[in-house]
Amino acid sequence: MPSAARLSLHVPEPSVRPGGKPDFSHVGFAPAGEARRPPVDADPAEFRDLAYSLIRVLDDAGAAVGPWAEALSAADLRQGLRDMMLTRAYDARMVLSQRQGKTSFYVQCLGEEAVACAHRKALAPGDMCFPTYRQQGLLIAAGWPLVDMMNSVFSNEKDRLKGRQLPTMYSAREAGFFTVSGNLGTQYPQAVGWAMASAIAGDDKIASAWIGDGATAESDFHAALVFASVYRAPVILNVVNNQWAISSYQGIAGGESVKFASRGHGFGIASLRADGNDYLAVHAVSAWAAQRARANLGPTLIEWVTYRAAAHSTSDDPGKYRPRDEGAAWPLGDPLERLKLHLIKRGEWSEERHAQMRAEIDAEVLDAARDAESHGTLHDGPTPSPASMFEDVYKDMPRHLREQRQQLGV
Amino acid sequence: MVEAIRDALDVKMAEDQKVVVFGEDVGYFGGVFRCTEGLQRKYGKSRCFDAPINESGIVGVAIGMGAYGLRPVAEIQFADYVYPAYDQIVSEAARLRYRSGAEFFAPLVLRMPCGGGIYGGQTHSQSPEAVFTHVCGLKTVIPSNPYDAKGLLISAIEDDDPVIFLEPKRLYNGPFSGHPDQPAVAWAKHPLSETPEGRYVVPLGKAAVRREGKGVTVLCYGTMVHVSEAAAEETGVDAEILDLRSLIPLDIDAIVASVEKTGRCVIVHEATLTSGFGAELAAQVAERCFYALETPIRRVAGWDTPYPHAEEWSYFPGPERVGRALLAAMEG
Ligand SMILES: Cc1ncc(C[n+]2csc(CCOP(=O)(O)OP(=O)(O)O)c2C)c(N)n1
Ligand SMILES: [Mg+2]
Repeated sequence: MPSAARLSLHVPEPSVRPGGKPDFSHVGFAPAGEARRPPVDADPAEFRDLAYSLIRVLDDAGAAVGPWAEALSAADLRQGLRDMMLTRAYDARMVLSQRQGKTSFYVQCLGEEAVACAHRKALAPGDMCFPTYRQQGLLIAAGWPLVDMMNSVFSNEKDRLKGRQLPTMYSAREAGFFTVSGNLGTQYPQAVGWAMASAIAGDDKIASAWIGDGATAESDFHAALVFASVYRAPVILNVVNNQWAISSYQGIAGGESVKFASRGHGFGIASLRADGNDYLAVHAVSAWAAQRARANLGPTLIEWVTYRAAAHSTSDDPGKYRPRDEGAAWPLGDPLERLKLHLIKRGEWSEERHAQMRAEIDAEVLDAARDAESHGTLHDGPTPSPASMFEDVYKDMPRHLREQRQQLGV
Repeated sequence: MVEAIRDALDVKMAEDQKVVVFGEDVGYFGGVFRCTEGLQRKYGKSRCFDAPINESGIVGVAIGMGAYGLRPVAEIQFADYVYPAYDQIVSEAARLRYRSGAEFFAPLVLRMPCGGGIYGGQTHSQSPEAVFTHVCGLKTVIPSNPYDAKGLLISAIEDDDPVIFLEPKRLYNGPFSGHPDQPAVAWAKHPLSETPEGRYVVPLGKAAVRREGKGVTVLCYGTMVHVSEAAAEETGVDAEILDLRSLIPLDIDAIVASVEKTGRCVIVHEATLTSGFGAELAAQVAERCFYALETPIRRVAGWDTPYPHAEEWSYFPGPERVGRALLAAMEG
């Protein structure tokens, strides 16, 4: 029997720190096209291996291969490329605006654009996403106006959220985008409850829940899984494993011992692990899970394997805890480049058209920014009125809030 | 009062398909206090069902259901077990409307038995109303009799804001004067045990005068209404007893009117004293009625200790302690 002289505490540590050579050998990759595609009504017990493999469609040469390759039209894929490029350009503009002091804070999704953009296209009108602060791609792929998002980021006079929320905590009911909470994980059981309500009402809508690798450690993640499993709720449980939770690598949330997808197994939930930087894989796997949910076959948990290519937020410096060149070494590449290559391979795209679209998008983002800025930015220009601070705490303003508003003199 | 609560749920479930009722042991069995008995049989399993033992999950899914457009009424088996759900209540249910610019809201009711007097020890006796009244965006309600329980619960279910509905469990089966040695009395003979059939409401934010008096105002709610009535009878103090019923929103007008009339104020609650809701009431009375006050405001409350098992009756703010405060208020 093995023995230790003394006990010692195991604290997971990433394989490299700043200055080291990037190493992703712990992540677990697989070649494109390898993972099988079970029928949507298969028993989750029959495809437990899919929580450990990696569903990929686009290979390194840009070809769509294997059983998860769908017949998406070239027009759909060009739209997908556009959504991702727009998301990236929007993020870049907002990061710049933050540096210019037009807002306090910003969170970009650089490198993770495919996850939200492709997933959104697999949902139907009326479905509801319960996102985190890093799923702006859901809104952009839904065609939501950039200027409305910017108004929120700037907390200006046109901000529908009346300047109450931190930047990136959007709310857009019409776009199927639930109000984002700053408290990690809380939205997960809410999504399950929304899905349960849809089932109780005999509706045909499904919910889509979002969480990061780090936040899967929250109790609410596990609460959501038990409710989703018990009531077979029509919900997609997305885990965006971008390898990092601020400075903590995924091992600190338990990713060293198991794959996050396998968290679903203890609950008997269908669980898949997929390439989050592969627009085609994200779309195919999302569509599979959506179909399963809509057929009343219950929840699907999907771990999207991706990489947070930028800092956690504008308040963070990742050079302090991971090698600066780690992103460049990420084996699953860049989602925009991969889809672009695929379209070019299919004869449906070219460098010229790409450059032209890029210019269009830059102009579109600039126009939206000018429009939004004309309605004020955080420290400059009109902001929502102080009186609005007292509204919407309750449906009807109670007496004590009316008195407090009078005390403020507004 | 159990029947009144069940009746309120029944009335609303019959009238509105959107009302769903769930919680631990709530479905088939009908709840450990029987408040949901028969509802699953009557309305089916998707309208009244058992939930996993996960309070954060219960409130989390209730919020999602509310945001979808249902009117969930979730039961937390004991108020002492609501803390795992505190984040969902404080950061989510109470904030959805505000943070989304009124785009989303969750009209949910969280029912939970509270208070002691049943030898429940420190895990089945707490009165956590102040941890809710401190949270903006929540309404907090606590009935003291069957008539109010039904009318307030119907109001709570129809309300578009999240409502914490505290049910003093010592009152489930009868009024309680705070004398554990006296035989238990059933609700039947109490004038407020009659509940009209069908729908009626007791509006949130309206207090009720339970006993008129000119000497001293007693501000109380829940079980303490009955204890204060007993204390007034036993001391002969001409007390005016105000049953607040709803803590947020609070019926300030009723409080001010009574204290200005009597010039004296005693506040009674079963929850621990420090930072209890009584502190808020005392501050409100001091701010608004200072010049009417002839003697200092007094508070009678649970001691600042966990609720003990064996020493329950030394802990419980019974009629003797309330009576002493009434006499002291009269003396100066
Ligand atoms: C309940 C809670 N705890 C801590 C935080 C602070 N916090 C904000 S983001 C974050 C890291 C989250 O990482 P992950 O879930 O992997 O998502 P990612 O940022 O990578 O998208 C932390 C700890 C918070 N917002 N909420
Ligand atoms: Mg992460």
